[in-house]
Amino acid sequence: MFYTVKELIEQSHAFPSVAALMVHTEVENSTRTEAQVRHLMSRNLEVMERSVKEGIAGVKSVTGLTGGEAKKLDAYVTSGQFMSGKPIMEAVRNAVAVNEVNAKMGLICATPTAGSAGVLAGVLLAMRDRLHLSHDQQLDFLFTAGAFGLVIANNAGIAGAEGGCQEEVGSASAMAAAALVTANGGTVEQAATAVAITLQNMLGLVCDPVAGLVEVPCVKRNALGASQAMISADMALAGCISVIPADEVIEAVNRVGMQLPATLRETGEGGLATTPTGLRLKEEIFGK
Amino acid sequence: MPDVRFHSVFDIIGPVMVGPSSSHTAGAARIGKVVRDIFGEAPETITIYLYESFAKTYRGHGTDVALVAGLLGMAPDDPHLPESMKLAYDQGIKVSFVPKSDKVDHPNTAHIVLQKGDHRLAVTGVSIGGGNIQITEINGFKISLSMGQPTYITIHEDVPGMIAQVTKIFSDAGINIGTMTVTRESKGEQAIMIIETDDYQDDILAKLKQLPHMVNVTYFE
Repeated sequence: MFYTVKELIEQSHAFPSVAALMVHTEVENSTRTEAQVRHLMSRNLEVMERSVKEGIAGVKSVTGLTGGEAKKLDAYVTSGQFMSGKPIMEAVRNAVAVNEVNAKMGLICATPTAGSAGVLAGVLLAMRDRLHLSHDQQLDFLFTAGAFGLVIANNAGIAGAEGGCQEEVGSASAMAAAALVTANGGTVEQAATAVAITLQNMLGLVCDPVAGLVEVPCVKRNALGASQAMISADMALAGCISVIPADEVIEAVNRVGMQLPATLRETGEGGLATTPTGLRLKEEIFGK
Repeated sequence: MPDVRFHSVFDIIGPVMVGPSSSHTAGAARIGKVVRDIFGEAPETITIYLYESFAKTYRGHGTDVALVAGLLGMAPDDPHLPESMKLAYDQGIKVSFVPKSDKVDHPNTAHIVLQKGDHRLAVTGVSIGGGNIQITEINGFKISLSMGQPTYITIHEDVPGMIAQVTKIFSDAGINIGTMTVTRESKGEQAIMIIETDDYQDDILAKLKQLPHMVNVTYFE
C-alpha cells in the first residue's frame, strides 16, 4: 500500500503502470481476485457511460433547480461555434450530464463522491476515442485515478462537509488530470505534477450548496473541474513542473480544510447559499 | 503515516449509487442497512437523531429518505430508494427525525434507535465521505467499526464460554481474527462481539447462529 504520492511513484516503478500497482494493491488488501477487481471496475464504467447518456438526453432535478443544460451544451458542441476546443467542451457537457442525473436521484458512480461524480466520467468519455483507449485501458484510467484519489483521501479528505469543495471537485479534478496524463503516454511523475497543479488552483474552494442541495453550484463546478483537469494534464505533459511537490500541496489542502469555518463546509450557511437568491430559493423549496 | 481511513480503490471509484450525495445519500443508506442487519427484523418505530451537516441539510440531500431506505434493507443503488418514506408508511413503520444542535466528532453523524416491542437497538453511524461509513456506538458501547473488511457482529446472552465457542468456530475453519471487541450492557444481560477477520467462509454465519444463547449474528463486508 502507498500512503503518499512519493510512495506511489516509487512503488509504481516495480510495475508496468500505476494502474497495475493499484490492481495489485487492491488484490492484496481485499478478498478479491484480479479478475473480480477488474470486473467490479467494469460495472462502474458502465454506470458512468449510462449516466452521461441519460443526462445528455435531458433530465430535470427533483427540485427543478438544475437540469437540461447538458442537452443545451450538446447542441452547442454540435453547432461547432465553441471557442475553447471540442474535447474540453465534450468533457464539460459530460460532467454536467452526470451531475444533473445525480441531482434527480438517478444512478451514478461516485468518483470520489456523488457531488463530484461528473469530472472523471466527463473527461474519460470525452477522451477515450481520441486516445484510442481499449476497454482495459479505460479501466486502467479509473485505477490510476483511484490510486491518486486514495492518497488525497487519506492525507486530506474527500467530503465537502470535512474540508470544502477543494476536497470534492478538487480531488476529482486532480484524479482525472493524473489519469489523463498516463492515458496520453505521460510518466507517473508528470501525473503527480498534474495533481499538484490542479489542487493548487482549487485550494480553498468552499462548499456552499444553495438550499443544502447538491445542485448549485455543484453541477457547474464539475464542468469547470473537468476543464481544469484537461488543462493541468496538458501543462504537465508539456513539461511544466509544480514548484510545490504534490504531497505538500495535499497537506496544504488538508490544513486549509480544517481552517474553513463550518459555514463553508456543506452546511448551506455561507457563500452562495446565503446570497439573496440562494436564501429565496431555499425558502421556496423547503418553506421557512 | 496518515490516519488511513480509505483502503480500497472502490472507496474512491464507487460506489454505484442513487444520487445526490455520497456522504448524505449513499453513506446514509449504508448506515441504515447495517443497523437493520444488526437489528435482524423490521422495526415498528424508527427514531433518527441527526447532527451537524446531517442535521442542517438532511432534507435537501435525501439523507432522511436514504437512512430509511437502508433501514428497510435497501442498498445505496436500489432504484426504489427515493420511495422509501412511502414504503415505510405502507408497512406501518413509524418514522421520526430529530435534528440536534449538539457538537459531535464528525459532521455527518446519525444516531438511530429501532424498536419492536421490547427489542431495542441504538446505533451511531458516521458517513466519512465517498459513501464510506463507520459505526461508532452500539447500545451505548463505544466501538470502532469500519466497513470494507469481513466483519461479524454477534448479539448474545452474557453467559460464560461464549467467546471460546465463537473463536473456536473461526479457528476450526482456519480463519484468522484481525480485531475483536467484546462489550456488554451490564453483567448477565446482552453482550456484543465485533469480529474482523482476514477471510470469509460461507458456512461460518450459520454455525455461529446455531450456538446456544446466541440471539443474532450478522455479517458485513
